[in-house]
Amino acid sequence: MIEQQTRLQPPLGRVRGFGSAKNGTHHWWMQRVTSIALTPLMIWFAFSIAIRAGEPWEVMAEWIARPFNAVLLVVLTAIGFYHTAQGLQVVVEDYIRPDRSVMVVNMAIKAVLTLLALLAALSIIRLAV
Amino acid sequence: MAHSNDAREALMIGRRTDGTTVRRPLSPHLQVYDMLQMTSALSIMHRISGAAWSVGLIFFVWWVAAAAAGPEAYGRMAGFMGSFIGVPILFGITAAAWYHILAGIRHLMWDFGYGYDIPTTYRTGWIVIAGTAVMTVLTWIVAIVAWAS
Ligand code: HEM
Ligand code: HEM
Repeated sequence: MIEQQTRLQPPLGRVRGFGSAKNGTHHWWMQRVTSIALTPLMIWFAFSIAIRAGEPWEVMAEWIARPFNAVLLVVLTAIGFYHTAQGLQVVVEDYIRPDRSVMVVNMAIKAVLTLLALLAALSIIRLAV
Repeated sequence: MAHSNDAREALMIGRRTDGTTVRRPLSPHLQVYDMLQMTSALSIMHRISGAAWSVGLIFFVWWVAAAAAGPEAYGRMAGFMGSFIGVPILFGITAAAWYHILAGIRHLMWDFGYGYDIPTTYRTGWIVIAGTAVMTVLTWIVAIVAWAS
């Protein structure tokens, strides 16, 4: 499809300032690094919970509170929520228009995820100390 | 020239040396792609499972927060998770998580430069599907055995 250029501003001028080319490589790289870290953490967590299915609060709270477990759970929380925020950002960028809404939705998602991550981390630390 | 309100559309427009514009083809998306192919179906499933797991994280936060709040709050949480609403949700999160992990490892394999030919793509695709089924069932067997004992 061929169209005539009818404005003086070149396409690059319109793109500059709000297009892509911000921190794409870092974003992509961190998504890989966090997924590598999360793989053993998530498998450890899934089976740790599965073998304790049906256990009462005393057993579970004591399990979370053990120093080794508490540290791994806080790490899992931090890396997991970071990976999730970055992952959802890409989904939002792909499906939501216009750019203004993308920014608002991503800020809202990051705000909610930050609060949830802090709530989880604080709960784990409270049990552990 | 057609007006565009979005920077990303501008990126799809190139110019010839005579100043006329050319619209570059867009990458495949839901409306144009054959979703019955395993490649595209597994690709979008990774996105869906990632989104589903994101929602599932709420239950993780609820779990640790309830444990920190005390026995009553934990009892209510465990009661919900063991109910006929909670169990299917937990099962769904388990399946989505295993799919996302295995498909994610397949992504990492590609990032290291392996497995791009069509036969390997299909083979690893089937491994992800079978692996998801096996690991999901295995996780639940472990949980049910623990529950029963
Ligand atoms: C806390 C648990 C997790 C959540 C909530 C989550 C969520 C997400 C989301 C929403 C995306 C974006 C999907 C897309 O753009 O299509 C994503 C991407 C990704 N996830 Fe996860 N994920 C989790 C754990 C993992 C784990 C354990 C792995 C291990 C391999 C992993 C591997 C990946 C990879 C490789 C990508 C990038 C895929 C791409 O570039 O298309 N994720 N994740
Ligand atoms: C054989 C099928 C497909 C191939 C070979 C393919 C290839 C690619 C490639 C090379 C990228 C760039 C990745 C990057 O920027 O790191 C990409 C991104 C993307 N693809 Fe596909 N794709 C396929 C199918 C699909 C389907 C069926 C969908 C959705 C319905 C889809 C949605 C996306 C989205 C949303 C992105 C941007 C996310 C990202 O940059 O990570 N793709 N795809």
